[in-house]
Amino acid sequence: MKLVVAVVKPFRLDDVKEALKLIGVRGMTLTEAQGFGRQRGHVEVYRGAEYVVDFVPKLRVEVAVADDQVDEVVSAVVDAARTGAIGDGKVWVVPLDTLVRVRTGERGADAL
Amino acid sequence: MSSVDTVWVLLSAALVLFMTPGLALFYGGMVRVKNVLAVMMNNYAAIGVVSLLWAILAFSEAFGNDAGGGLIGNLSFVGLTGFHHRLPGFPHLGASPMSVAIFQMMFAVITAALISGGTTDRIKFLSFVVFICAWLLLVYAPLAHWVFNPQGWLASRGVLDFAGGTVVEINSGFSTLAIVLVLGRRRGWPNEGMAPHSVPLSLLGVGILWFGWFGFNAGSALGMNSVAVSAFVNTQLAAAAGLVSWIIFERLRESFPTSLGAASGAVAGMVAITPCAGFVTPMGAIAIGLIAGVACALAVRLKFRLRYDDSLDVLGVHGVGGLVGMVLLGFFATRSINAAGANGVFAGGGFHLLGVECLAVVVAVGFCFGMTWLIAKAVDLTIGLRVSPEHEFAGLDLTQHAESAYSLGGTGRISS
Repeated sequence: MKLVVAVVKPFRLDDVKEALKLIGVRGMTLTEAQGFGRQRGHVEVYRGAEYVVDFVPKLRVEVAVADDQVDEVVSAVVDAARTGAIGDGKVWVVPLDTLVRVRTGERGADAL
Repeated sequence: MSSVDTVWVLLSAALVLFMTPGLALFYGGMVRVKNVLAVMMNNYAAIGVVSLLWAILAFSEAFGNDAGGGLIGNLSFVGLTGFHHRLPGFPHLGASPMSVAIFQMMFAVITAALISGGTTDRIKFLSFVVFICAWLLLVYAPLAHWVFNPQGWLASRGVLDFAGGTVVEINSGFSTLAIVLVLGRRRGWPNEGMAPHSVPLSLLGVGILWFGWFGFNAGSALGMNSVAVSAFVNTQLAAAAGLVSWIIFERLRESFPTSLGAASGAVAGMVAITPCAGFVTPMGAIAIGLIAGVACALAVRLKFRLRYDDSLDVLGVHGVGGLVGMVLLGFFATRSINAAGANGVFAGGGFHLLGVECLAVVVAVGFCFGMTWLIAKAVDLTIGLRVSPEHEFAGLDLTQHAESAYSLGGTGRISS
């Protein structure tokens, strides 16, 4: 099993959710994050004082998937999240050691 | 006693009192989350202690029978007694003297509260309270006696100050400068970001200040008459003009007109019109507001160049705005609006009024700064003004008041 982590622009969320639904992914976890890579931050001005804010709001979407579905999921997320502008984000995959469904206690692939 | 006059003065007292919670919101929105309750607490504590001290002693100092030389009132009105139907120096007062006493109390309250805007993020709560008690008795009350009381030595020299350009605005601005020089800069200022945590709170606060300022200025006519109406109108026009000129300045200087700038501009306009409100024409009020908006927008940037940490620009807006208003009064005053006033330069009165206004400015700046510096030094050397670096880092809400404004760490559980 793998954990697919995607950091994307917030307004792409609906498209990413739809794309995952279309390939049969039934659940995900969402957190609000901030980040930057090549995207520059922005400037806020209060009473003449300029504040440079490096971080840009992002959303982190995490999905647990079976090994044989990883490539499909990654492609779906990347295509749905892409706008073509700097700041689109990144997707990475990490190995998932254990997965348990809290309600039933099912483990492993049964918990996906 | 005139009922109408008393109604207006009492209503104005309520309006002015409302300005202090409004100020708390204005200031609270501009500080960081960890210090929002502390600055609001300073405001509310000012309401508490200043109200009591005013009734017990300061009112007598300011408005009591003159003890000599127009320098200070005596103890004739201590405890808010001894003045049933007359107030010395106000022979034609229509409103009840007690209503004037409570109205003036609110002025003292908000002037003390204003100082909390410079000391944010690092002042010890108890020290702030001790400080404003001393400041009320040693700075505010004497200056009020000199300017607001017709027996005072500045008033009797012909100084015009309708609602407190010296007593409230220059006083708060330059007293704040004095205490922040003793207090020192915030750790990390100005490089570390200390942006406002809630501009909406600040905007709401300015709305309340604006509403209350009608009582502040028009109520200072101490009765319902054409001068009160003029003051009311001039307040609105100066606020509007200040708002417009500040945001135009911002747009030209930094490319963005900001909501905080609009709010600050309105305040700057009202600060400047405070000494002028019952003495100038509506067009004069607009001119004064326009000038004040730009002057204060420039002034708030000064602290970065001169490296003093007046957190929320009490000097930049209130000190400078009050100074500008007092000087402009020397130009714009006209007896056509208020026969009891004087004619300034533009009304053909020559430079005499301008001269006494400048005298008042110099006296107010020097006295307020000097005396406050001494008081701040004395408090600092005895009980210390500033919190420890650890407390400053953790934030005053938790360390001074054991409170958290927005339950950011979860709501916890009762420990007992």
